[in-house]
Amino acid sequence: MSLFGKPKYSTIKTDTPAEDKKVKIPVGIFDKCKGCEEYYHKDEWKKFIEVCPHCGYHRQLSAQQRIELLTDAGSFKEVDSNLISVDILKFEGVASYADKLEQNIRKTGLNDAIVCGVAALNGIEYAIGVMDFRFLGASMGSVVGEKVARITEIATEKGIPLVIVTASGGARMYEGMFSLMQMAKTSGALERHKEKNLPYIVIMTNPTTAGVTASYASLGSVMLAEPQALIGFAGPRVIKDTTQATLPEGFQTSEFLLKKGLIDRVTPRAQLRHELGLLLEYTTTTNPGIKIKAPKKKKQ
Amino acid sequence: MSNVVLDFEKPISELELKVKELQSLSDLNDIDVSEEISVLTKKLEETKKLVYSNLSAWQRVQLARHPNRPYTLDYVERIFTDYIQLHGDRRYAEDAAIVGGFAKLDGKPVMIIGTQKGRNIKDNVYRNFGCPHPEGYRKAMRLMELADASNVPIISFIDTPGAYPGIASEERHVGEAIAVNLRDMFKLSVPVLAIVIGEGGSGGALGIGIGNKILIMEHAYYSVITPEGCAAILWKDRAFSSKAAESLKLTSSELLKLEIVDEVIPEPIGGAHYNYDQAAALLKKAIIKNLDALCSKTAGELKEERYQKYRHIGKFTEVKEKEEALPPPADEEKEKSEKE
Ligand SMILES: [Zn+2]
Repeated sequence: MSLFGKPKYSTIKTDTPAEDKKVKIPVGIFDKCKGCEEYYHKDEWKKFIEVCPHCGYHRQLSAQQRIELLTDAGSFKEVDSNLISVDILKFEGVASYADKLEQNIRKTGLNDAIVCGVAALNGIEYAIGVMDFRFLGASMGSVVGEKVARITEIATEKGIPLVIVTASGGARMYEGMFSLMQMAKTSGALERHKEKNLPYIVIMTNPTTAGVTASYASLGSVMLAEPQALIGFAGPRVIKDTTQATLPEGFQTSEFLLKKGLIDRVTPRAQLRHELGLLLEYTTTTNPGIKIKAPKKKKQ
Repeated sequence: MSNVVLDFEKPISELELKVKELQSLSDLNDIDVSEEISVLTKKLEETKKLVYSNLSAWQRVQLARHPNRPYTLDYVERIFTDYIQLHGDRRYAEDAAIVGGFAKLDGKPVMIIGTQKGRNIKDNVYRNFGCPHPEGYRKAMRLMELADASNVPIISFIDTPGAYPGIASEERHVGEAIAVNLRDMFKLSVPVLAIVIGEGGSGGALGIGIGNKILIMEHAYYSVITPEGCAAILWKDRAFSSKAAESLKLTSSELLKLEIVDEVIPEPIGGAHYNYDQAAALLKKAIIKNLDALCSKTAGELKEERYQKYRHIGKFTEVKEKEEALPPPADEEKEKSEKE
């Protein structure tokens, strides 16, 4: 099914071999779709919120793009942007962790792999955390764990819903056991949020794996996933190597999880704002746990 | 039990063999070799001390995985009485990689949870090498909730390479099973002791490991990823496992220094596999000491302390707060961070 119908705009045909095209197409103006290998102008990618107009492939969004997509304009107030990871283990790897951090801070303009804040959607106030895969594969270290715990505590204290948009390659190995323990910390904070009957909505994006899957990404009272996202605990290659089994068609995709009954919906990005708005409305309007009610809409 | 001797154990096993040979020689020929034996025995003790006090992180991982090492049920039969094992997750299956049930500790009831490895191939097929499926975690949570309702303290024994990475495991959502345990163990109103007795393999270990105290045995390890997995990802080569083990700071002494664990339980010289009874006695002593301290606390205190314990694990710095409502575009921020 095509989301947007047939494309009515210029596309570049891919009749020529990929290598030839690399020479012809100006870098940064036309981007190739990883799904169908067609090239689209960057304005088109932007217009369709990084979803391929031809095949529906969902490219990753930056945290900023995601926040713009899911909040009322100007409503987002960021918190805890000032937390920065430290090389606590003095990890001796191929490259130093400190260098990696510095590179990623420069590359993304973010201090770590998640952006958190309080915002509103259709006037409903909620807390939001958005992971950004560009920052060290959105791996979870002390900063990600701390920020998830803090935004959850803010939601619990204010009596508002929590929404987390997940993406993660897994643990931040450079932080050893500090990284693993963030799974416990974040889940503990969510227990207190749940105890107050407050809604927690998870939006899983490509890829959501390992420690994040085995903690806050799987604890939503409602779980949405973007189409074709890789979602799982163990990586497909590890499973293949361990079991020597042939993986089923579409294994560990959003659609696979939906079929197995593990998530509520696969929601294309174009409908995400609408569906999140509805879910926030349903879970807050008559919920006695919600302390901040949306202002009444004027009659149209 | 298999005759596995690790590389660094060889000088010890050679000396042990010599002592045995001398002994049988003396028995057969009626010669007095007591002096030689006493010299060798002394040398043996010294060699053991030397070898085991200078183990590298990677050698300790080998020791934690030693096929002769006591497993959960070896300790259970030595430390507790009247153990009654309870089975099944009430949803899908019984998972033998996690065991659990009520038992008595010096006459007082406790709930035991533990990952369980097998001693031989047949046993290991049954136990899935101590790698639980989702059902294991769900059974564990069911039993912990039963303990909570019964006001009985929980002791969790951790010894697993990790949750099982398989198709069935994913299809039934092992990630969710672990996540729910991580969340719901914070609800428990009874004391929870988490004890790493062998391998503390990442999320699969943590999934039964939210305790008021985290203890670890001297030659056990606890890590976010196996050294082999870490080496394969960071160095693209498993040959760097030893280096990865060092970097991950996964040994009991490192974890105590980092305040990830609360206490290291000593093992008999040479490791728990040299003397099961002595290892169990040392473990029992630590369990009793910690449970006694926890049992004097109220349900509210136990929950709050457990929450605060994990809430404070993590290291980071806080710089001066930025004031933007939205994170600024990447370009602007880039310039800014370059200036700073
Ligand atoms: Zn496409």
